[in-house]
Amino acid sequence: MADSLIDLSGVGMTYQAASGPVEALAGISLEVGQGEFVSLVGPSGCGKSTLLRIVAGLRPATVGTVTVGGRTVAQPIPDIGMVFQAPILLKWRSILDNVLLPAELAGKEKRAYWARAHELLEMAGLHGFAEKLPRELSGGMQQRASLCRALLLDPPLLLMDEPFGALDAMTRDDMALELLRIWGERDLARDQRKTVLFVTHSIGEAVFLSDRVVVMSPRPGRIAADLRIDLPRPRTVELRASEAFGQLSLEIFRTLTGRAVGATGAA
Amino acid sequence: MKIQASIRQYWPTAALFVALIAIWQLAVSLTGIREYLLPAPLSVWNAMWDGEITWAQHLWVTSWEIVGAFFMAAIVGVALGVAIAWSPLLANALVPFLVFVNTLPKVAVAPLFLIWMGYGIFPNMLMGALIGFFPVVINTAVGLSQVEADMLDLGRVFHAPKWKIFVKIRIPNALPYILSALKITATAAVVGAIVGEFVASQKGLGYVIVTTQSSMNTGVAFAALVWISIVGLVLYGLVVVLAHLWAPWAEGVD
Ligand SMILES: Nc1ncnc2c1ncn2[C@@H]1O[C@H](COP(=O)(O)OP(=O)(O)O)[C@@H](O)[C@H]1O
Ligand SMILES: [Mg+2]
Repeated sequence: MADSLIDLSGVGMTYQAASGPVEALAGISLEVGQGEFVSLVGPSGCGKSTLLRIVAGLRPATVGTVTVGGRTVAQPIPDIGMVFQAPILLKWRSILDNVLLPAELAGKEKRAYWARAHELLEMAGLHGFAEKLPRELSGGMQQRASLCRALLLDPPLLLMDEPFGALDAMTRDDMALELLRIWGERDLARDQRKTVLFVTHSIGEAVFLSDRVVVMSPRPGRIAADLRIDLPRPRTVELRASEAFGQLSLEIFRTLTGRAVGATGAA
Repeated sequence: MKIQASIRQYWPTAALFVALIAIWQLAVSLTGIREYLLPAPLSVWNAMWDGEITWAQHLWVTSWEIVGAFFMAAIVGVALGVAIAWSPLLANALVPFLVFVNTLPKVAVAPLFLIWMGYGIFPNMLMGALIGFFPVVINTAVGLSQVEADMLDLGRVFHAPKWKIFVKIRIPNALPYILSALKITATAAVVGAIVGEFVASQKGLGYVIVTTQSSMNTGVAFAALVWISIVGLVLYGLVVVLAHLWAPWAEGVD
């Protein structure tokens, strides 16, 4: 792909744990195009979080090359939004001040982002909670606050690690639609959209959101399948009931569980 | 609402306190035990307001020593804790040394202070600071380093400089730890100041206690004890209030 933004080639990662080396990733080659929405699914411990950290430049890969925007990643890369698996909010700051934290850390004028922070909180259904402390919010609400934080500086690249993991099913579907709206599904041309690398445990969520779903095998994580999701955009709730949606979900499920396509048909 | 809640929480303490005083008073009256062995609460109360003894002056001196000791321990303790958390080099240099200093029986150093500095408020302050600074160092260093790894990664994502991570993340994170240590320091400052006065002083509540040994005026010694504990309690209470104001998010942590 000529316009690939993220380019991983032969990437492997071995942690040196106290109990010995842990091979988390092996032979990962992956390209993600500018403006593409790519989901990673795979069993726990297959290295999904590790892969996001490598792309972000937070951890160096032990082998292979990683480039983002044509530049080799050697340290944390600029202009990304990162949603970690846990909300990691600062307990002494109000939700609003937590959302504004990136502006402060990046040395920007905090007041310039005040309106945007409120807008994001509104979008996440947290407008009444701006002045609350994190401990006054449920886990799902905290996670939504951390999503607002990641979006504050309007980053062109979003790395999201199970951002909706703690949400109930209904909120989860709403947030998925919001994310697509923010991504620019309806109003932006493909090359103007954000690039999203999205880790999830939910096959349905992956299919619903993505242009591509990358399925990973158990540890050490390898790419078991890379499926193009050619469903029409903008995606709608009705789409979930379509046959194409079901077929894609089933295929991912079978790759994940290691059962051959068609194997269940006879049984 | 709030007042009712505090009444519900504290009335058993108050009741127990009153009961103990009453039993004490009764026991002394009924057994006829000598005053110099165990003075009755009423005699202690009277001694506390005895015009013969310049209580105000002694209270002033000892309070100064305690407050000075407290601030010295707090400032030096936080500074050392920050140094340790800031630089591994400083940590390697300082930690073994501080552990050694902490294992010294600090009370035994008091006579040396007398030799070096003579009589006065300052050596007694120093004794209180010496006893009270160590928990502040440890808690500051621990609080500064107990930040979630993901939180630090978030800082790296935005290329935040080290000082900014300290100011915006590590120091607020350490605040409840520091305040918790300061409660110990408040108590240690009292012990240090009194020990210092025992060894060398011409004024102060510890000095009053020492003088009663020869006069057998146990009532006055008890009175001095009560005054000391009042000073200690006030300081401790102030730290608790401070913790309430500065780190309300950590309520119920300790
Ligand atoms: N800092 C670390 N040190 C040692 N092992 C680690 C570390 N982080 C992750 N691992 C191991 O690497 C593997 C992949 O972890 P992770 O990337 O978190 O997987 P996932 O996000 O897919 O659940 C796991 O076996 C995990 O135990
Ligand atoms: Mg993970």
